[in-house]
Amino acid sequence: MTTTASSVASTTSAREVSGAKPPTVGRVSALTTHRWVRFGVRRLGRLVTSLAVLVTASFLMIHLIPGDPVRGALGPTAPTALVEARRESLGLNDPLLVQYWDYLRGLFTGDLGTSLTSQLPVADVVSQRLPATLTLALLGFLVAVAIAVPLGVVMGVVTRRGRGRRTELAFTTTSVVVGTVPDFLIGVGLVYVFGVHLGWLPVAGNATPDAYVLPVVALALGPAVILARIIRVEMVAVLEADFVRTARAKRLPARTIYLGHALPNALTAGLTICGLLLGSLVAGTVLVENVFAWPGLGRTIVSSILSKDYPVVQAIVLVYGVGVLLANTAVDVVLALLDPRSMIAED
Amino acid sequence: MARRWLAVVRTPLGLTTGLLVTAVLLLAVVAPILWSDRAEVVDTDQILAAPSGEHWAGTDSLGRDIFFRALVASRLSLELALVATVIGVAAGLLLGAAPLLLGRRLGRLVTAGVNIAVAFPGLLLALFFAVVFGVGATGAVLAIGLAGAPSFARLVHTLVAGVAALDYVSAARVAGVGRFRVLLRHVLPNIAEPLVVNATISAGGALLAFAGLSFLGLGVQAPAYDWGRLLFEGVGMIYVNPAAALAPGLAVLLAGLAFNLFGEVVAKGLGVTTVGGIRLPAATPARSGAERRSEAAKGEHLAMAPSDLVLDVRDLRVSFPGPAGPIRPVRGVTFSVRHGEALGVVGESGSGKSLTALAVARLIEEPGRVEASRMEFRGADLRDGASAHRHLLGTSMAMVFQDPMTSFNPTRRIGGQLAEVAFHHQGMTRKQALARAVERLDAVRVPDPAKRATQYPHEFSGGMRQRAMIGMGVMGTPSLIIADEPTTALDVTVQQQVLDLLQSIRDEDDVALVLISHDVTVVGEVCDRVLVMYAGRIVEDLPADRLDGGARHPYTRALVAAVPDMDTDLDQPLAVVPGRPVDPADVPSGCAFAARCPLADARCRAEDPPLEPAGDGSQVACWHAGEPLGLDGSTGVLVEVRTP
Ligand code: SF4
Repeated sequence: MTTTASSVASTTSAREVSGAKPPTVGRVSALTTHRWVRFGVRRLGRLVTSLAVLVTASFLMIHLIPGDPVRGALGPTAPTALVEARRESLGLNDPLLVQYWDYLRGLFTGDLGTSLTSQLPVADVVSQRLPATLTLALLGFLVAVAIAVPLGVVMGVVTRRGRGRRTELAFTTTSVVVGTVPDFLIGVGLVYVFGVHLGWLPVAGNATPDAYVLPVVALALGPAVILARIIRVEMVAVLEADFVRTARAKRLPARTIYLGHALPNALTAGLTICGLLLGSLVAGTVLVENVFAWPGLGRTIVSSILSKDYPVVQAIVLVYGVGVLLANTAVDVVLALLDPRSMIAED
Repeated sequence: MARRWLAVVRTPLGLTTGLLVTAVLLLAVVAPILWSDRAEVVDTDQILAAPSGEHWAGTDSLGRDIFFRALVASRLSLELALVATVIGVAAGLLLGAAPLLLGRRLGRLVTAGVNIAVAFPGLLLALFFAVVFGVGATGAVLAIGLAGAPSFARLVHTLVAGVAALDYVSAARVAGVGRFRVLLRHVLPNIAEPLVVNATISAGGALLAFAGLSFLGLGVQAPAYDWGRLLFEGVGMIYVNPAAALAPGLAVLLAGLAFNLFGEVVAKGLGVTTVGGIRLPAATPARSGAERRSEAAKGEHLAMAPSDLVLDVRDLRVSFPGPAGPIRPVRGVTFSVRHGEALGVVGESGSGKSLTALAVARLIEEPGRVEASRMEFRGADLRDGASAHRHLLGTSMAMVFQDPMTSFNPTRRIGGQLAEVAFHHQGMTRKQALARAVERLDAVRVPDPAKRATQYPHEFSGGMRQRAMIGMGVMGTPSLIIADEPTTALDVTVQQQVLDLLQSIRDEDDVALVLISHDVTVVGEVCDRVLVMYAGRIVEDLPADRLDGGARHPYTRALVAAVPDMDTDLDQPLAVVPGRPVDPADVPSGCAFAARCPLADARCRAEDPPLEPAGDGSQVACWHAGEPLGLDGSTGVLVEVRTP
């Protein structure tokens, strides 16, 4: 052979020997904006579909209940005339499609119907209770992230490349156990320790700032450890990545390598989970509110279910559902901002 | 399957959780038989009593013993949770297998529905169904069961998709076996194991969820009681008798955790075969006499003027801990690089060439160990560690890695990634650094650099990315570029361009280059001098122009002979060096190449040849250096033809 053998030949032999990866064809394009539009349309389409399913489900809820919901709500002793009048006012005697149309129209005009028990507009009930629940959920989420990210990063760095085996085992076991305990049990435990036993913190209502502590912690603890565990796993994986080696080859300070290069990549996976966690956190408020007598939607929905006040239940289920869907969408958008590839990958 | 489960149960964690599950099940069976009466006794003298010798957990508002109530409640709690799990698994199975059962179009609709439902948290679904089915134990069981169905459906969907593609399943379908039968007979047995494991986990979840619903007053209604109901009653009097809330709370917690953790442990045990860690296998090769002698030889030669050297490495060793002692993929490598010199390092994968480069760049992390009797870069002793010479290395030693796709951070813009170097090492502001990055991208002939700098790595083609990587290396003023297989991952058409770029940078700025490659042709084309590595040692060190015809070591000659030249018919299978590379965990004594060498004799197998000067500026480590190979004396004898 000669040392000037054609590069074609050398490449072919190169592939042969090392089994090199096939060449990656990059996307060189000025289509960035176009991609954002496509992402937006697709994501919006999914949101709208899910919303439609949710609205339909909440509408059908009252019709899926076996028997007459009004009779159920007013009790067997209520006079037939009253039941009939109430049915009429709720529009339950109209054809189903007409009812559906009225329901949709009501939603768009902010008319969620009237409570069967209190006769108050449901919209008023919801808007009066929503802020407390929203505050609780958002605070819980923020606290969960504030605990999870530093914990996950530190654990990831400490246990990278098979180091700190014991730390890893202790952390993983603790987080699995704590992550499995449902928030209402954590809540009861907190009530006992900090309310009953130590008497440090209030255990009911939201009148004072310190009353927020226990409910928020009860809500945040589980999601926090689950998220921290995911971030740790991702950190460990990302720290093995080629681009981290590149960052080290650039001799960047450790802080820049961990926080500037590894963390954003570790977070993208964590964020995907964040959507689910945020959703379950929203639902978790129902139980936590009932442990801590928190004046939010969670207590209202339970008392409404028990008193068969279906219009209120319908509306609150809808509000929770919308909350979950919006949370998921928000997380996807943040994800796309952080990692533009997720726009493409998602399909 | 049974044996594998048994193996899991034998682990400490598996045993603990397994025993817990058994204990909970046993309790659920015997507790109502033994203690129902004691749990029902109303003691009006002892209403809301605190824990005492008589009532271990105190009494409730009717004076009933809470301890026994918590024990007896295990039956109902567990029954309800298990029924709910069965409902969830069954419904999930039907939904998940929908594509199989209903045909593609309807199946897709169901799958889409499942995907929407999965986005909603289970508790919300459970509340929805609880309203529909009514308050009470039956409604709650249905609610929790159906709430769990979507996630099960998703699992089943994935599992079925894997199995349905199997030959005999499609064969059964073609043969006209009914869809439901296919599911029961052919698919289900194949996915039973993951289903059972997940059902175990979700039984724990159902137990806790049920407690939640009962706690809200939506589940079990008085006078019946499960743990959740007891908790509901207990929390109301937590200030009077905390044990009334804590006892059922602890009970449900333990039971739920037991199922959940047992499932997780089994899942992990069955799914993951090996526990992660260092991938290199183990061995403790003792250092042979020849090895030590060759070290001594290395210490003496190379009498070049030190000032002329960019890099001077003596007796470099890299080791990793293995299960049975350290593994040594680099076993005493000595070389140096002069200003502006291009040094090639060739060898098969596993020869230690890349680790040598990483060791020199101080990029080998713990638990890897790097030792050397000398390791100097521009006069700085690298054995002090990389952080001691951070700015020097950051600006003067550039690294180019094999895969430009994975070597850039996918979440950050190219320009920013280049600019970092100048920002951290050259005292520039972010703005200045970015301007420098654009200018450097231009220097490595990236078209439209200002715009390119704002793009992400995935918007670059492979060749452009590698250019940008080289641009990153020349952000500072490098005196050495270490390129580890810089063209291997690239498209054929751009390989030459990248090599040309490296060449021109070298020429313009008098930069030394260490080019690591398994490809003799590439190295021969670009480099002045070539090191041939085998099994963690240098076996030959020769001027690049002597590669063709002037190589003395049998391995070098085999490598050269394996390269197709102009006359080689490229449609024919390519030649390779026969035999397998040496496992760094199991390096034979004597010459490491002996097993593959046609010249090997008894001495080769007994004594390791040292690297010794062979005149004309080259060195070789072989007892029979330069002797003719085979009977006809041509190098072709070594080459065997292998069909790819
Ligand atoms: S020392 Fe012996 S076995 Fe090793 S390469 Fe030379 S001839 Fe072959």
